[in-house]
Order: sequence, then structure tokens, then C-alpha cells
Amino acid sequence: MELTATTTIRKPASEVYAYWRDLENLPTFMAHVEQVRTTGSRTSHWSAAAPFGKNVTWDAEILDEDPGEKIAWRSTGNADVPNAGTVRFLPAPDGVSTEVHVVLIYDIPGGVIGKAVAKYFGEEPHQQLDDDLRRLKQVLETGEVVRSDGAPWGKRARKEFPQRPAQPLSDAELAKGADQ
Amino acid sequence: MRANTWAGRNKVEVRDVPDPKILNKRDAIVRITSTAICGSDLHLVDGYVPTMQDGDVMGHEFMGEVIEVGSGVSADRLRVGDRVVVPFPIACGACAACAAELYSCCENTNPNAGIAEKMFGHPVAGIFGYSHLTGGFAGGQAQYARVPFADVGPLKIESELTDEQVLFLSDILPTGYMGAEMCDIQPSDVVAVWGAGPVGQFAMDSARVLGAAKVIAIDKEPYRLRMAEQAGHIPVDFDEVDVRSRLLELTGGRGPDKCIDAVGMEATHGSAHIAAYDRVKQAVRSETERPHALRQAIMSCRSGGVVSVIGVYGGFLDKFPAGAWMNRSLTLRTGQCHVQRYMKPLLQRIERGELDPTRIITHTLPLDEAERGFEMFKNKQDNCEKVVLKP
Repeated sequence: MELTATTTIRKPASEVYAYWRDLENLPTFMAHVEQVRTTGSRTSHWSAAAPFGKNVTWDAEILDEDPGEKIAWRSTGNADVPNAGTVRFLPAPDGVSTEVHVVLIYDIPGGVIGKAVAKYFGEEPHQQLDDDLRRLKQVLETGEVVRSDGAPWGKRARKEFPQRPAQPLSDAELAKGADQ
Repeated sequence: MRANTWAGRNKVEVRDVPDPKILNKRDAIVRITSTAICGSDLHLVDGYVPTMQDGDVMGHEFMGEVIEVGSGVSADRLRVGDRVVVPFPIACGACAACAAELYSCCENTNPNAGIAEKMFGHPVAGIFGYSHLTGGFAGGQAQYARVPFADVGPLKIESELTDEQVLFLSDILPTGYMGAEMCDIQPSDVVAVWGAGPVGQFAMDSARVLGAAKVIAIDKEPYRLRMAEQAGHIPVDFDEVDVRSRLLELTGGRGPDKCIDAVGMEATHGSAHIAAYDRVKQAVRSETERPHALRQAIMSCRSGGVVSVIGVYGGFLDKFPAGAWMNRSLTLRTGQCHVQRYMKPLLQRIERGELDPTRIITHTLPLDEAERGFEMFKNKQDNCEKVVLKP
């Protein structure tokens, strides 16, 4: 499965690139990624919440990078869902902003895992990635993922519909905090 | 705290809900001193805006005192104790839309942007108390509200003006003003305004301060037309006269140079069969609007004129007079108001006495009587023009 998405962020390419290249930032805006740990200059260890409750982990390596322009990576070893991705950073015509173009490729296996992954992405798998990029834009342009009362959990907004009512959170709900 | 909430179609209910707390660093909490019921709240209550949920706190016109600020709000911008009017669109101040002063199209403040994008092609800003389509933000018909991006939107009031003089800077005064500003008014212009509700009244006053030669008010409620007439505008009652003929008469056959639709999706119509056509289509949701005012504005406007739309539309409409629009070189301009753009200049106009927003207030009620306020405003009882609520 190949997913593509793009957004424009009103920051210079060097800044957007630097944020993404610090891979440990990715869970801030990528809904399915729980944690990325840097294990070497080009290698990292990823964990994601699997739809059946168990965490999936894999290793990844950066295959190619041009500072300020491009990062390409792929999973290594025996990943449950082998995957690869490329993100390109292009100057927008306004001379201020950066276009972010992402391509993700998932090699979805058969069996239980494959079914679970397919269910997770749902009927419109690209939406997940669109929302990820919207949050990346929020973080870089405004400093944080924006929370509303109806959608206070940050990364989970899309998954919860109908949402909680647009009224202030109770103390118990507030204590849960936003998803990171 | 007490808050007025949406409780299903045709029902609002003042309930106890938790007090708001800071969720994002650039939030502030405001203790509300005055809030109002807006005509667009009626579209929510009437069930024509999708994605409302039982318990949603309503209200997007409010002001009050800052009682808490988040760690990301700098003290030179806003501090505890400041008296502020809060604009209804939530804007980040940093995206390309905000940089172009298109605040109601802010690209970052709607956590449900994906849904808005499906309906509108591209997302729109978050709005207080105005459905989950515009973010699911709790509104301001309440004792307290959380105000996101408090370092961008709220306007500090440092003079002695009363709440009633400045409250409408939150929405309807800038909305009416933008309606007139989009008309690019020339000294020779006759401006016709459909709808003599609160926004229509302010569009008329704004057309006058922007230099229009003549301003015409079109409505069917005698008390609303009287209110417009007392402010110096020319009333046209569409229940009594044929609007097109009357407009031709008032303009020497030219038609108004500029036309403002301050009605939107729930217009009523003098002609029963046209009204029935749209009512049925709207009821079965095969058309979301009843756009009589817009159609009539387009048909009435002089060739080469401007039709400016500030009445709210939510979806799709039928029988749009595209032929008149195209063949007669009309310009159609519209937008949810970019309130932040107009707050300061309009505050100055209020201070100079050029605009008197208090002239439309007919009722002031405690917040707990919000339901009665909605009832009166919706059904135009007791000559109701504008309800201010006091929490």
C-alpha cells in the first residue's frame, strides 16, 4: 500500500527538515507511532500501537538524506509490517513556506496482522497521513498540537466520532492529558 | 459552572458543566461578563448545521475578564485582570491565512479540519460553540470560557466603554462592517441590505459610514424595519410590496449598486410556491439552504454591481441564478468575518461615536433564561432584535 500526502508549512525548509530529522519528534504528530528511539546516526527503533492492543516494534535505517531537502528510510530486519518512506522539503512559491511531500509504502502481510493493519487504516487510509501532517504544521507554526473540548486528545481526534460534547473537561478527563 | 447547551433540535438547556481549564499553553480563561445570542445560533438550534452534539456549550459572542493565562501567553500581550472582547473565529496568527488577515480561514485552529475539508473542500478555522465541524470548541454562553490563542485574538478594552458598547465587536459589528466593506462603496452608491436583524442593521450603519448615498433595508418584520428607519435607512417590507419593483423605483430603474445578503440559509419568501420548493428540499436534506434573499439580491443588483454575502450558508443550494450573475458582470463576495482584522478600527469608530452598537439591544436576560431568549429571538416575539445574556 502506498500513501502520499502533502502540506505547506510557513517555516523555512531547514527548520522543517531539522524537526523531522530528529526522529524522536515523530510521535508528536504521527498518530500510530508511540515512540522512536535513535540508535545510531542513521538507525532508529520504532514502536507503534497495534490495533489488537499489542505494541509492534521494528528497526529502521535512513537510506538517503539531503539536509534541508529530503529524507528516505526503510524498516530493517524482520518487521511485522515492512515499510519505507520518503519525505521531501521544497520551497513554496511564496518564498517563505516549505512544501512537505510524504510517500509511505507498507508491505501489508497476510493473516491476522495484515487484517488488523487494514482495519486500522480503514476505508480512507490517506486520511491518517493527512491528519499527521496537519499536526506537524500545528506544532511547527504554533508550538503545539491544538486541543478543543470536543477533540481534546490530540492525535486521537479522527478516531473518536461522535466526539465528547464541546464542553470543558472534568478533572478526571483533564488528568489523562493529550496523546503524545 | 452554568452554561447554555445544545440539547437536540429546537432545544437548548442551561446546565451545570465543569469549569474550563487551560489545555494549550497559549490559552486563557475568561470570566464572562456579557454574552449574546446570534442569528447563526438559530441555524444550530434549528438543526441545519451538522455535527452538533447533545451537551455542546453554545455561544460565540462574549467578553469578560481574564482570570488565568497559559505559560505561552506573554505578559505584554495579555494578563490576568485584562478586560477583553473575544473574536468568534479562533486564529493562530502564524499560518499563511492569518498572515493574509484571513483569520476565519486559519489553517491550524480546527482539530476537526478533516471533516470541514470534506464539506468545504478546504478546512476552516475553529469557532467557539459552533459545531464539531468548526472544531468542537465550548462556547461563551457560560460563566467561563477557555480562549485558545489568547495572545492573538482578544481585544483589550482599556477605556470606560460599557459591555453593551463593545460586546458586538466579537462578531456582528465586524460581520456587518465586512459586508459593507466588500461592496467597495462609492459616494454615489445605493446599497440594499436583505435582512434587518442585528447583522443587517450593522451592515446598513457601516454602509452609511463608508459613504453610501442611500441605504435600503429589506425585511418583513415591521419592528425591525422601524428600527432601521429610525437609524436613517429606507425600509422595504417584502410582505407588503414587490421588492424588485420597489428597488427599481428607489433607484430610478438602475437597481441597487451594491446588495448585501444578511439573511443566509433560512430565508422566508413572499411567494408561497418558491418557499415551499426550498422548504421541502431543505427538509429532506437534498438542498441545505433556502436562498431566497441571495437569489433576489443577484436578480436586483445593477449590472456590474457587487453582491456581498454575510448571511450564513452551510452546504449546497438550488436554482442559483448563474445567468444573471455571469451575463450582467456581477461580483459575488463573501466570507465568515475575519473579525480580528476589524476589531481595533471599529473600536475607534465606537469611541468617536460614529457607530452605536447598543441601538439594537432589545432584551437583557440572566444566562439561566437563555432558553427563553432563544425562543423570543427565534419567534420574533416582543419585538426581539438582540438578546444580551448576563452570566
